[in-house]
Amino acid sequence: MIRICLRALLSHWMRNPVQLFAYLAGLALATALWSGVEAINAEARASYDAAATTLGEGQYDQVIPRQGSSIAQETYLALRAAGWLVSPVIDVERGDVRLVGIDPLTSPTGLGAVAALDEAMSFGQSGRLFANAETAGRLRELDGLTAEITVDAGIAPGVAIGDVGAVQALLGRTDLTRLIVLPEQPLVQMPLAQVAPALTVQPSQQVADVAQLTDSFHLNLRAFGLLSFAVGLFIVHSTIGLAFEQRRGMIRTLRSLGVPLRMLIVLITTEMLVLAAFGAVLGIVLGYLIAALLIPDVAATLEGLYGAQISGTLELRSEWWLSGFLLAILGAAAALAGRIWQIARMPLLASVRPRAWVMAGAGRFRAQTWVALGLLSAAGVLVVLGDGLIAGFSLLGCLLIGAALVLPALAAGALSIMERRVQAPVAAWFWADTRQQLPGLSLALMALLLAVSANIGVSTMVSSFRLTFTGFLDQRLAPELFVRVESAAQSAALNRYLDAQRIEALPLLSRPAQIEGQPARLYGVRVGPTYRENWAFLDESPAVWDRVAAGEAVVVNEQLARRDDLWVGDSVQITPDLRLPIGAVVGDYGNPQGQVIVSDAVFSALHPEVYAGQFGIRTGDASALRREIEEALGIPQSAFINQAAIKAMSLEVFERTFTVTAALNVLTLGVAGFAILMSLLTLADLRVPQLAPVWALGLTRRRLGQLELARAMALTVVVFACAIPVGLALAWVLLSIVNVEAFGWQLPMFFFPRDYFWLGLYALIAAGLAAAWPAWRLMRTPPSKLLKVFANER
Amino acid sequence: MNVKLAAILALMPFAATAQGFSGLGTEADEAFAVPAPNPSFSFPADHGAHPDYRIEWWYLTANLSGPDGTPYGLQWTLFRTALAPGEAEGWASPQIWFAHAAVTTAEAHFATERFARGGIGQAGVEVAPFRVWIDEWALEGPDFDTLTLRAGGPEFAYDMALSAQGPLVFHGDKGFSVKSSEGQASYYYSQPFYEIEGTLTLPSGDIPVTGAAWLDREWSSQPLSERQSGWDWFSLSFESGAKMMGFQLRQTDEADFSAATWIAPDGTTTALPDGALVATPLKVSEVGGRAVPTTWHVRLPERGLDVTVKALNPNAWMDLSIPYWEGPVTIEGSHKGRGYLEMTGYE
Repeated sequence: MIRICLRALLSHWMRNPVQLFAYLAGLALATALWSGVEAINAEARASYDAAATTLGEGQYDQVIPRQGSSIAQETYLALRAAGWLVSPVIDVERGDVRLVGIDPLTSPTGLGAVAALDEAMSFGQSGRLFANAETAGRLRELDGLTAEITVDAGIAPGVAIGDVGAVQALLGRTDLTRLIVLPEQPLVQMPLAQVAPALTVQPSQQVADVAQLTDSFHLNLRAFGLLSFAVGLFIVHSTIGLAFEQRRGMIRTLRSLGVPLRMLIVLITTEMLVLAAFGAVLGIVLGYLIAALLIPDVAATLEGLYGAQISGTLELRSEWWLSGFLLAILGAAAALAGRIWQIARMPLLASVRPRAWVMAGAGRFRAQTWVALGLLSAAGVLVVLGDGLIAGFSLLGCLLIGAALVLPALAAGALSIMERRVQAPVAAWFWADTRQQLPGLSLALMALLLAVSANIGVSTMVSSFRLTFTGFLDQRLAPELFVRVESAAQSAALNRYLDAQRIEALPLLSRPAQIEGQPARLYGVRVGPTYRENWAFLDESPAVWDRVAAGEAVVVNEQLARRDDLWVGDSVQITPDLRLPIGAVVGDYGNPQGQVIVSDAVFSALHPEVYAGQFGIRTGDASALRREIEEALGIPQSAFINQAAIKAMSLEVFERTFTVTAALNVLTLGVAGFAILMSLLTLADLRVPQLAPVWALGLTRRRLGQLELARAMALTVVVFACAIPVGLALAWVLLSIVNVEAFGWQLPMFFFPRDYFWLGLYALIAAGLAAAWPAWRLMRTPPSKLLKVFANER
Repeated sequence: MNVKLAAILALMPFAATAQGFSGLGTEADEAFAVPAPNPSFSFPADHGAHPDYRIEWWYLTANLSGPDGTPYGLQWTLFRTALAPGEAEGWASPQIWFAHAAVTTAEAHFATERFARGGIGQAGVEVAPFRVWIDEWALEGPDFDTLTLRAGGPEFAYDMALSAQGPLVFHGDKGFSVKSSEGQASYYYSQPFYEIEGTLTLPSGDIPVTGAAWLDREWSSQPLSERQSGWDWFSLSFESGAKMMGFQLRQTDEADFSAATWIAPDGTTTALPDGALVATPLKVSEVGGRAVPTTWHVRLPERGLDVTVKALNPNAWMDLSIPYWEGPVTIEGSHKGRGYLEMTGYE
C-alpha cells in the first residue's frame, strides 16, 4: 500500500514539473547564497584563528622599538641576561608575503608556528620555510629566495614561518624586529628602561584584534545571505501551499480508499523532506561555487581595509554546509507544518474544490499589516534607544521585514486608487484583476522589495563611503611625495635640505600613546599652508591651526571623539602633566584607532627621542625632486612613496568592495526575479477559470498575454516606488548607526538618483523576463482548455 | 617532535624508549665522539664544553640550613645537547642548552627551566675565568674552586657563593664511568667538597643559608642501554666526612646495573663494581601522578653501610618539559648525614 500511495503522491510532481522545479530551486537558492556567504565567513574566521595561533598576536605582550622596526640581536641577548624571558622574532614583508622568523626554543609553547618549526629543527633542517600552499606558491615566485619550502596548511595565509636564523640569513639581516614577552617572568629582573631604553612593552590587548575589526564586514555579508535565504523560503512557502491545494483531491481519494491518515501524513512529510534535502544539497553545491567565485575579491577587500589576510582558497567546512542544510530543512519543515495540520483536520469528505488559497481572506492581510506596523515601530524605537552593533542589525531586520509585510496593503491601496480612476471596462477589469491576484503574488513582490531596497541601501552606502573616502584621501595625501627615513641623522639631514631649498616639508612624528586610558597614537605635525588649506573638519573652533601651532590646542580624530565622547570644547590628557583643549575633530576613515594631533614642537618637547620618520613634501615636479634628494642625501628610491600610487591602491580596495557588492546585488535581484516567475507560473493554471470568461467576452489570448506582462510591470513599479524609501532608510541605518558602531565613524549620506533609475530599469527587466514565459504560455493556451472551464463541473 | 623534547630525549633515552625513539639516545650517532677507557683530563679545558659529544651537564646540588637549622635543598643544572657534533656560528649552531633550577623545603618545591640556542651567546661555558651561563643564570668565578651561583624563577631565586674544600674526584675507572653491562659509558667527575652560603629568596621572604654542595660533570654520547628504563642516583655526605656517589640503572629485564664511588674525607676514591650497591624502595609516594619511591634502603656491605635514605619532601617533582624527581634526603642508620636523590624514568 505504501508503494501505491507513494506513486500516487509522486505522480503529482510528474504532472506539475514546474512546481517541483520551483520547490527544489527555491530551496537551492535559499541555501546557496546563505551557505556561500557563510563559507566565506568561515574561511575568514579560520584564517584569523590561524593568524592568532600561528603568531600569538594579541595573545602575548611584545617588546617593540619606540622608533623604527629594528632590534639588535645584542639587545635581545642583553635582555635575556637581565632576566627578561623574551623570544626573538624577525617579521618582514617581502613582496606580498610576511616572512616571520622565530626561535622555537624560547617562544611560548602552543604557538602554531612552533610545532612545524620544531620538527624541522630537531631533524636538522632549520633552513626551511613553512607556509600554506597558496603562500608557498607566491614565495617560489619571489626573486632570490632559495629556501626550501614545506607546505603546511595550518600556517596563517600570507605568512611564511622559518627559524629566526634562517629568515635572517634569507634577508641578509642580523637584527630582530620584535620580542614576544613570555607570560611568566622571573622574580629578579632589571627594568626594561635600564637594559634597553629604546624599547617599549606593547601590552597584548593593544594589538587590535583583526577578527573584531572585520566583524562588521562579515555581518554585512551575512545580512546578504539571510536576505536571500528569506527570499528563497518565500518561494518554497508559496510552492508548498499551491502543491497542497492541488493535492487535496488526491488526498481525499486516497483516504476514501482506506489509507490511514497517520500513514498519509508520514508519507507526505517524508516525501517533502527528502525533496527538501535534495534541494538543500543542490544549494550547498551552488553556495560553494558562489563562494569560490567571490572569495578572491573578499580576500583582497579585507586585506586592503584591515590588513587581514584570509586564505584565497576554500575548504568544505561543516560549520557552513551543515548550517545551510539544517536551515533549509527547518525552513521547509516550517512551511510544511501548516499544510500538514490542514490535512490532519480536513474532513474526509470535504469538497475538493480548491479553496483558492491564494485568495486568502482580508483577515490575514490585516493581521500581516498590523505585524508590519509593529515591526516598523520597533525599528523606530531602536533608532532612538538602540545601542551597539546587534541593535543596529536588529533595526535593519525590523525595517526590512516590516516594510516587506506592509507592502501588500500599500500595493492594494495603490491599485484601488487606479481602479477608481479608470472608466474603460478592460482597464477596470485589469486593475480589479491585478488587485485580486495580489495575495498570490505578494510573497514574490515582497521578495522583490527586499532585493531592490537592499540594492539601493547597500549601493548608497558603498558609494557614499567611496565619495567620502576619496575626499579624505585628497586631504590626507595632499603632499605630492612621501619619504620614509631610517635614522635620526637622516631625518635631520632631510629636514635641513628641504629647509635650504625652501620646499614645504611636512615632517610627521608619531608614537603609540595612552590617551584617556585607551591605546591611541600621538602625532606631531608642522602646521603649514597644506594643513590649513586641505583639512576639512567635522567639528571645529576658530583659528584651529593657529592654536595647534601655538601648542594651545589639539586635533583629534572622530574615532577618539566618539569613543570617549570628547568634542570641541572638551580637553584631552596627553601626558600626566599635559592637558590640552580639543580645537577640532577630523574625519578619519583609514583606521580604527584614536589619534591626537599636536604641533611638532609640543611633540618634540614631550618625546625628544622620537624623530620624524616620514616626510610629506610639496613639489611641482615629484620625480625630479626624488632624484635630487636621492643624490644629495643618499636616500634610496624605495624610501619614496608616490602620492598617486597610494591613492590608486586605496581606490583599488574600493573597486574590490564594489565588485563583491555588485555581485551580491545581481544575485539577490536574480533570486527575486525567479520568485516572480515561479509565482506567476503557479498562478497561471489557477487563473484559467478567471481568464476564460474574459476571453469568451472577446479579448484575444494575445491581448490577455500582453495584459499579463503589463501587470507584472505595473506591480514592479509599485514595488520599486516602495523600495526607494526603504532602501534609503536602510542606507541611513548602515551609514549612521552600523558604521558608527563598527568603525567609530559616521559617513555623510549621498544620493545617487541615476543609479536608482538604472536599478529600477533592471528590476522592470527582471520582472518582465519573469512574466514573459507565463504570458507566452497564456497566449498559447488552446481554446479547448479555456472552453473546458465552461464544460467541466468542478 | 618538539625540539625541546628531542633535546631531552637525547639526554634521557629511557623516555625515548618508551615513546619509540629508541634509536635516538641509545646508539651514538656515528658522527659523535664516544667515551673511551683510560681518559686523560686536562683542566681547566675539560671544565668547558665538549661539543663533539651528544650530551653534557654541569650538575650542582646542595643541602642547606637556615639560621634556625631548617633544612633546604637547592639544584642547578645546565645541560648541553647537540643535534649534530661540533660547533657553528650564530643560529646555525647545532648545540642546544637548557637548564633547571629548583629549591626544596620540607613543605614546598619550586622548579623552573630555561632553553637557549648555542652560537648566539645566550648560553655557554668559558673556562678561564670559569663561567657557565644561560640567560641571567650563571655559575661563575675566577676558577673552578671559587664560584658564585645565581638563578631564579617566577616564585624563587637564589644567590650563592661556593668554595671547594677538597680535590676533584673521578668516578669509575679514572673518570670513565661504565653505565651498563653492554659497555655504555660516560666521562664523569665531581667536586663534592664545596662549602656554600648565600641567600634563598622564597615567597615567604629572604633566608640566609649555609651548607654543602656537590657539582657533577658528565658527558657522553650513549649513556644508557636500550633495556634500561631509568635510574636512581644518590649523592650522600656522611657526618664522618666520607661521601658516596651511587646509582642503579633499572633494566627491563630485571638485571639492574649499579655502580658506586666511595669517597674518603681526603678525596681518595674507591670504585665499586656492579652489584656492590643495593638500593631497595621502602616507601612509595604518589607524586605528580606517578608512584615514586621516596624512602630507600641503601646498603654497601663492603663499607658496612646500611642506611635508610628518606626524602625531605616526597613531593620534589620536577614538573618541567621532561619531568623527574630530584630532592634533598636525610640519612639514618649505620651512617648519618644528608644528600641528594635523583630518580628518572618513573612513568
